Amino acid sequence: MTFSRRTALKGLGSAGLLASSGLHAPAISQGVAAKTLKFVPQSNLANFDPIWGTQYVVRNAAALVWDTLYGVDDKLQPQRQMVEGEEVSADGLVWTFKLRDGLKFHDGEKVLAKDVVASMDRWSQRDPMGLMIRGVQNELVAVDDRTFKWSLKKPYPKMLLALAKNNAPCSFVMPERIAKTDAFKQITEYIGSGPMKFAKSEWVPGAKAVFEKFADYVPRSEPASWLAGGKRMLVDRVEWIIMPDPATAAAALQSGEVDWWENPISDLVPLLKKNKNINVDIADPLGNIGSFRMNHLQAPFNDVKVRRAVLTALNQEDYMRALVGSDDTLWKPVPGYFTPNTPLYTEEGGEILKMRNIEAAKKLLAESSYKGEPVVCVVAQDQPITKAQGDVTADLLKKIGMTVDFVATDWGTVGARRAKKDAPGQGGWGMFHTWHAGADCINPAAYTAIRANGDKAWFGWPDVPEVEAQVTAWFDATDLAGEKAAIGKLNKAALDSVVYAPTGFFLGYQAWRKTVSGVVKGPLPFFWDVSKTA
Amino acid sequence: MLGYVLRRILSTVPVMAIVAMIVFSLLYLAPGDPASVIAGDQATPEDVARIRANLGLDRPFLVRFFEWSGQIVRGDLGTSIFTNLPVTSLIKQRIEPTLSLTLVTLILSVLVAVPLGVLAAWKVGTWLDRGIMALAVVGFSVPVFVVGYVLAYLFALVLDWLPVQGYTPIAQGFWPWIQNLILPSIALGGIYIALIARITRSAMLDVLAQDYIRTARAKGLGQTPTLFVHALKNAAVPIVTVIGLGMALLIGGAVVTESVFAIPGLGRLTVDAILRRDYPVIQGLVLMFSFVYVLVNLLVDISYTFLDPRIKY
Repeated sequence: MTFSRRTALKGLGSAGLLASSGLHAPAISQGVAAKTLKFVPQSNLANFDPIWGTQYVVRNAAALVWDTLYGVDDKLQPQRQMVEGEEVSADGLVWTFKLRDGLKFHDGEKVLAKDVVASMDRWSQRDPMGLMIRGVQNELVAVDDRTFKWSLKKPYPKMLLALAKNNAPCSFVMPERIAKTDAFKQITEYIGSGPMKFAKSEWVPGAKAVFEKFADYVPRSEPASWLAGGKRMLVDRVEWIIMPDPATAAAALQSGEVDWWENPISDLVPLLKKNKNINVDIADPLGNIGSFRMNHLQAPFNDVKVRRAVLTALNQEDYMRALVGSDDTLWKPVPGYFTPNTPLYTEEGGEILKMRNIEAAKKLLAESSYKGEPVVCVVAQDQPITKAQGDVTADLLKKIGMTVDFVATDWGTVGARRAKKDAPGQGGWGMFHTWHAGADCINPAAYTAIRANGDKAWFGWPDVPEVEAQVTAWFDATDLAGEKAAIGKLNKAALDSVVYAPTGFFLGYQAWRKTVSGVVKGPLPFFWDVSKTA
Repeated sequence: MLGYVLRRILSTVPVMAIVAMIVFSLLYLAPGDPASVIAGDQATPEDVARIRANLGLDRPFLVRFFEWSGQIVRGDLGTSIFTNLPVTSLIKQRIEPTLSLTLVTLILSVLVAVPLGVLAAWKVGTWLDRGIMALAVVGFSVPVFVVGYVLAYLFALVLDWLPVQGYTPIAQGFWPWIQNLILPSIALGGIYIALIARITRSAMLDVLAQDYIRTARAKGLGQTPTLFVHALKNAAVPIVTVIGLGMALLIGGAVVTESVFAIPGLGRLTVDAILRRDYPVIQGLVLMFSFVYVLVNLLVDISYTFLDPRIKY
């Protein structure tokens, strides 16, 4: 028998079952404890500018502190949030927005239209949809304290979605003086108008971040639904406690030292499920899509036959088993690029992913330009998702007769190397693995990975005009039928040319103590309507 | 003596300069790019390039090195790329937990290891000696994280005596402070106890074979004063040397221990900074650790004069 770190994790996790009596003495008084929610986030909150840094953990924390003009609800529809109402001219070129009355920033100042204008200007320099709006923008001006106007050269039907979407960067509203910071430089003040204030003095990056209830926040009257509706805070204080070690987080949850853990690893979930004091459920129903990208600029993947050979040999179950183990509720095959169970999901053109055929793959490879050169497969070992996928891919490539140069490295190195367009032997790369949040893959709005506009495309730089034509068709569509038609064609074109290889759809869990109620499933942890009993 | 101390302190300057140069060069050559981490997956290459330019990462090596060196000379370790906070502030935030952990571990290790080593030397060749040395082998062999998990299992989850994780500043009281440090210190101290116990045994065996010890025993001096007053003091030089050298073990072990017990110390700050390529933080921390290491060894050298009057500087 071997003793590994993973065995140790399980051992410590199971230990918690013995300690599930709930008798652990809290360090603080019961009343204060009930008003303080202790949360273990997915990763460290290393910076706190949601426009400058677009990591999900920053977006999740920012949603507590900064509010948005619109918010997407659990039906994926944009709803008014800071906005009281909007008008769009008949030709679709002028949008006029009016803010709700009584909105205040955490420093006591009123939220004014000029703050929104400066915030939207900064956001639109960094966000893909914002950049599209800038591309057709005539002007963005404050009309009066509560009204601002966005006039365009060309209609942009997805305006409300752009302002409501939960994909990073979200269009958070900041005071004008902060929003005037260069979009490529970090802000130093964290003043928002959201339901919680950021306690900067208590922030220890890598260890702790604290949010305190904002007494002057005026929630909407509608029930909360994801980023929309009334964001009512039922606790006074939310403490984010960073725990890099999953076994420690599991033990802390079981002993009652923390209340809610955003992303328990699948190894520990069975043990948490057995604890009578803990609830375990799916975190985000929109899940994630695993992927690997091939370099369309360099041999051998500059030949579509080679890319299709790899896709023909790919079995998504192999990848998903490597990621989530034997829990069948956590994954499903996805013969396409869009998130399952969402309105635009399609399998059009997905036959290549439905039946693995090694022999057909070998035949296709033999017909291609591949001459046995090594495929530089760059795999981040410090990310369990990329490591597991990389191991499966290396095996797959060998099975169809390709030579693999497996470069085991860390995510920081992958991040730098994948940007290089050089030949694989000169510091470039052949393929790398990653994954995409399902929330980003419900439509092309924030789905950078599906774009195929050559040099401007995401790493791998696919150049497929048909994909781009269908992305444009989706943006121009004014109804669901039109959107679905465009997405069907887009999916087929992207699979035909293998923009990237989807390795399956997978979900993750969240876990919280039964003293906590109001936890919902969603693309990020929503703290409003969450309460805690001592 | 004072002259020697001053000379040694001055000699740390070129050492630190060499360390600084090596660290800066290695980080410059290492793969990875903080700008791409900051920009996130949706960023275009132009976005990444602009962030890199704003951070000054696109400037030539020498320009960056001399600018950084100038900052260091002024006592400024720079600003973290990610948190936008001064590196000195980050170190200040994190130094208390690490200092507490290493100090408690050091005290615990010395208090346990030295008597064990003395005992093993006194009872050399017996089952007690073999038992202590076997424990030392276990201490060397079992990884810190395994000891940490087992301790957390027993004392935090099963017995519910101590917390699983976290750190409480000493300003909030001695017991809240120490209860968060007991398990991590034992976990971290294992290898250190093993090292000191083995060296103590070895040094004591040499001393116990000396004529003056035989003379002391012949005079009828008791076992305890013979061992702890006459033998241990003369065996102290190698023991203190190993305690000093072992600081590197403690600093390395603190990285793992702080992760296992979620202690917000310098070890975790170092790992986070390396993973994100937060160059100013890495450089600042390595410089600080090097300085501490040099300082500890200076103190060890000075302590020789108190332990052995024959040594003079």
